[in-house]
Amino acid sequence: MRLIKQNIERDGSGSITLYPEEPEDMWHAYNLIQPTDLLRASAIRRVTTESSTGSTSSTRVHITLSIRVTSIDFDPQAGQLHVSGRVSEENKWVKVGAYHTLDLELQRNFTLEKSEGWDSVSLDVVKEAIKQDKEGTVPAVVMQEGLANICLITEYQTVLKQRVETGIPRKRSGRASDHDKGLSKFYQVTLETLLRHVDITQPRPLLLASPGFTAAGFQKYIIDEATRTGNKALLANKSNFVVVHSSSGHLHSLNEVLKSPEVLAKLKDTKYARETRLMDDFLTLLRKDDGRAWYGPSEVEKAVEKGAVGRGGGVLLISNALFRSQEIGTRKRWVTLVDKVKEDGGDARVLSSDHESGKRLEGLGGIAAILTFPLEDLDEEEEEGEDSVPNETEQGSII
Amino acid sequence: MSRHKLVKNLDLDDEMDDYDGGDDYADDDTEENLRLGTIRVREELPEASGHITDRQIQDALWHYYYDVDKSVAYLIKEYMAKPKKEQKKKVAGGFYLFFPTLQVHGGELSSKACSKPFSFAEFFKDTPWLNVPPERQAVFIAPLYPRGGLLGGSSDGAPKMSKLQALAAARKKKAQEQKASESSGVEKPMAGLSLNESASGPSVGSEATEPSSALKQPSRRFPLLKRKDSKPHEKSQKAPPHVEKEPETNDIPMSISPGDLDQAEPSAFASTMFNSRDRSPPKHSANLFTLPYAATATPATTDPFAGPSPDDVVTAAQSKVASGKGGKGPPKTSVEKKTDQIANGVEALKIDDTPKVTSKNLDVLKEFEQKEKKNEANFVVIGHVDAGKSTLMGRLLYDLKVVDQRTIDRYRKEAEKMGKSSFALAWVLDQGTEERTRGVTIDIAMNKFSTNKTNFTILDAPGHRDFIPNMIAGASQADFAVLVIDASTGSFESGLKGQTKEHALLVRSMGVSRIIIAVNKLDTVAWSQERFDEISQQVSAFLTSAGFLPKNVAFIPCSGLHGDNIVRKSTEPGLTSWYNGPTLVEELDNSEPITRALTRPLRITIGDIFRGGVQNPLSISGRIESGSLQTGDALLAQPAGEKCFIKALEVDSEPADWAVAGQNVTIHLSDIDPIHLKVGDVLCSPTSPIKIIKEFTAKVLAFEFLTPMQIDVHRGRLHTPGRIREIVSLLDKGSGAPTGKKRPRIVKPAQLARVIVELEAAVPLEAPARVVLRSNGATVAAGLLE
Repeated sequence: MRLIKQNIERDGSGSITLYPEEPEDMWHAYNLIQPTDLLRASAIRRVTTESSTGSTSSTRVHITLSIRVTSIDFDPQAGQLHVSGRVSEENKWVKVGAYHTLDLELQRNFTLEKSEGWDSVSLDVVKEAIKQDKEGTVPAVVMQEGLANICLITEYQTVLKQRVETGIPRKRSGRASDHDKGLSKFYQVTLETLLRHVDITQPRPLLLASPGFTAAGFQKYIIDEATRTGNKALLANKSNFVVVHSSSGHLHSLNEVLKSPEVLAKLKDTKYARETRLMDDFLTLLRKDDGRAWYGPSEVEKAVEKGAVGRGGGVLLISNALFRSQEIGTRKRWVTLVDKVKEDGGDARVLSSDHESGKRLEGLGGIAAILTFPLEDLDEEEEEGEDSVPNETEQGSII
Repeated sequence: MSRHKLVKNLDLDDEMDDYDGGDDYADDDTEENLRLGTIRVREELPEASGHITDRQIQDALWHYYYDVDKSVAYLIKEYMAKPKKEQKKKVAGGFYLFFPTLQVHGGELSSKACSKPFSFAEFFKDTPWLNVPPERQAVFIAPLYPRGGLLGGSSDGAPKMSKLQALAAARKKKAQEQKASESSGVEKPMAGLSLNESASGPSVGSEATEPSSALKQPSRRFPLLKRKDSKPHEKSQKAPPHVEKEPETNDIPMSISPGDLDQAEPSAFASTMFNSRDRSPPKHSANLFTLPYAATATPATTDPFAGPSPDDVVTAAQSKVASGKGGKGPPKTSVEKKTDQIANGVEALKIDDTPKVTSKNLDVLKEFEQKEKKNEANFVVIGHVDAGKSTLMGRLLYDLKVVDQRTIDRYRKEAEKMGKSSFALAWVLDQGTEERTRGVTIDIAMNKFSTNKTNFTILDAPGHRDFIPNMIAGASQADFAVLVIDASTGSFESGLKGQTKEHALLVRSMGVSRIIIAVNKLDTVAWSQERFDEISQQVSAFLTSAGFLPKNVAFIPCSGLHGDNIVRKSTEPGLTSWYNGPTLVEELDNSEPITRALTRPLRITIGDIFRGGVQNPLSISGRIESGSLQTGDALLAQPAGEKCFIKALEVDSEPADWAVAGQNVTIHLSDIDPIHLKVGDVLCSPTSPIKIIKEFTAKVLAFEFLTPMQIDVHRGRLHTPGRIREIVSLLDKGSGAPTGKKRPRIVKPAQLARVIVELEAAVPLEAPARVVLRSNGATVAAGLLE
């Protein structure tokens, strides 16, 4: 993403013009654009004109439209963003209030104006988006016998490209060859699918993860196939195929993959590796149950209030799904929280909800915090509050 | 003559006359039955019963439900006693129209006439319309009477008919016959015969032809014909096309007694359409041939219409077949269908439609009870990796002669080639190429052996932690477990921390309550009793804490590689000095039979999908968890929701017709695409299908810390990703009542909790299924669906 023009006042009002260059930028745009924002981008609109005689003719016109956003739809697999809203600026073709869905395209500018002004989180998103030193995309195959998940780990997303599932006959006495045949068929299908989605000749790591020997077998199969077909580009790249252990072939095993030493050695301090590590740290503390790790919106809010997420190791983990809230009030609540933590000198990390670590965080309510000092019973009040609700329902059921 | 032409030529008016819409057993089948019955009854009836009409016989048959004897008895009682009265009635009915025919039969019936008074009305009794109430007939007959009389058909038997009239009548008849009869076949000559006769004996001939013309003509000329329609004779409209093809039948006429000859039964509709002709053949058969001759043979001479014509037979057969198959027959009205069913029921035809796969409709549970058989038990062999599970089982199979010496020798040779000679016995179970090259069990191996008491199925589980999903699959099929422990120095300790513990917890949480601990490799520590006791103590303490009752735990010292204390008692002095308990096999034999959920709805978790051969392109194997099944049963595959059928069935690799819960079966399926089946899917009975769910509440025992987290849910072969959405509450271990805070943040190991699990995809699961929750390669909890 390139920043074309920035025009932001001190009070946060103003607009930013961005130029998306790659599909990943659409993800940033998705996190940036909120309902009620003003978005200006080029569009193709079908315009119907009626002549004096009553006959109609429709033409497609290229125009630049400004819309007041009502909803956003993001397709992570295709990397497409559809923003629909109502036209806010009249022109020759379109009236104010008419509906239009803008399909944001790569290599085409769009201008965004925030209705509530630019807050720290959205400015951070812009900063992240226009960062030039990008960590590359890493393809990974998480597999087990008969199941393979082919995905792309980008900096902000883990995109599941394709799931391969084939039946492999189990081992049965006297029919060992069935299993072998099924397995090599599975490897073949997986490789074909992988080649369709990913260029594995590029000099970048390819993660092959599985329990047992499946990944190693697949690596051997790839190299054997490359040798057989004389694919030199592939053979030259074979040192980049990293076989990693995972406990299952399901996608969430990617957690283990990303924290394994083999991967860390290759991928150093990438954002997702950092995120994964943070989540692990948090969970370790949670297991200790010493009152330094808390999750859930109200608990974390309380902890932040008490200044426990501050200088000296305080970390706020928050999923960016929370910032995509349709309600302005809710978003504001989280933005304030993030700002408070930063003020206190703590570390506020916005985890991508499209990464495995973000998904883990979402399971915990989308927000968690590592405190600098232990706090007990943050959840007590809330529990009382909740107690009253079931009591009511109980009474209702008695009646 | 083609049928089209026939149809064209048919005199529709005649047809309509003949057709009588509202009959009560109009169907061909019924009619056929009745006709056959009538023939039999006629055979049974005394000679003098000629006056009894077919109609009466048929009525009798109908009421006695085709019981010939009863019908005969009834007929004799009812009609033979008062024939005259009947006749008088009929005469009074005024069928003078047919009077002339009396003359035709005059000669031939002379002998009969001597024995009893002959009446032409009696003669015509078999014509169905004679049973019509007289008042109706009178209206119809009246206009004809004078004419018939004028033409010489008077009752005194003096036929006076002009030659011209006779000729006209003959021509007409001929024309009619040609219309209705086939140009080929024996019939034509016969038709000729009757004409010949009419020509040779004008008086007789004219008389013979008269009725037909008299009958038909008025029906066309007078509007009264409608009355005729109401006559209850049993003809259906379909009959005419069949008549044309009525050559003499060989079988039925032959069996007719001479007495029947003049009382020829009408075939399907000869009695309506060709009644004049009906009478003519008997006439010349009686005239031209001697009766005995006619009775014995020459179908041509007997009445060709005495029995069902071949066509009728064919039609009847066809309709039977058609009704049996419910297939191609002509479209039938509901009434016809009903009568069809009745007729079929009467004939006890097998009308069961053939299903795709024939089911023997066995009462499986009864069969199961009846079958004299041994106990059956499945046990899973568990333990830390390299504890010697496969080798121990290989030894057991070898010593029990399930595996022959030659195979073992071959394995030994091959294993030595690979530098793994100690793995030879394990190769009995580890048959996969990868398993052999790597020297580790990857998937469950199933083998069978039997002792005097019990048929055992071994489920040899992999010990490696990566293959615990496979081990879970095996353990879910087991009735009890054999825990193999490596007694060699250091190995036991590492094992106890590793999979020894996890496996034991897993089998316990999957409902296995009995466990045999084989303390293996004791030879490496010189059969030391201290070592054995130390291991026993530690393990039993752990097992008790895991929930095994001490009485269900047994320890056996043994050596898998050498075979001590497995099948044969050890002769090692080091061991015999302090141990003389049972061997492993003896201990296995002590297992009690397991009760099986036979009456619950059918459930099979698919353990494997494979090609069972050329004949069976799609086969699955698995253990029947509950219920029973048999060949031909329909099954529902969940979550696909696809129906399939059991083409064939194998229980323990033997073909079988049925199987019950607890058995390991291979099912060859039909009518389903393999794409709908996955390992871990459930086959169930379509009547009570298993539900597919995306979320469940479970009571779980935590082995690790539980937070709302991502997990894999395992149940047998089924495993699916999901997450703990919510920890509802902690539960008291004793009472199971909720304790402590609501919605705790975390569940510590060994705590009992109620959790809500959300799955990524809907899977077939139903309470009270036992599930195992795993995360990051470790078993974090196990529990029971609620």
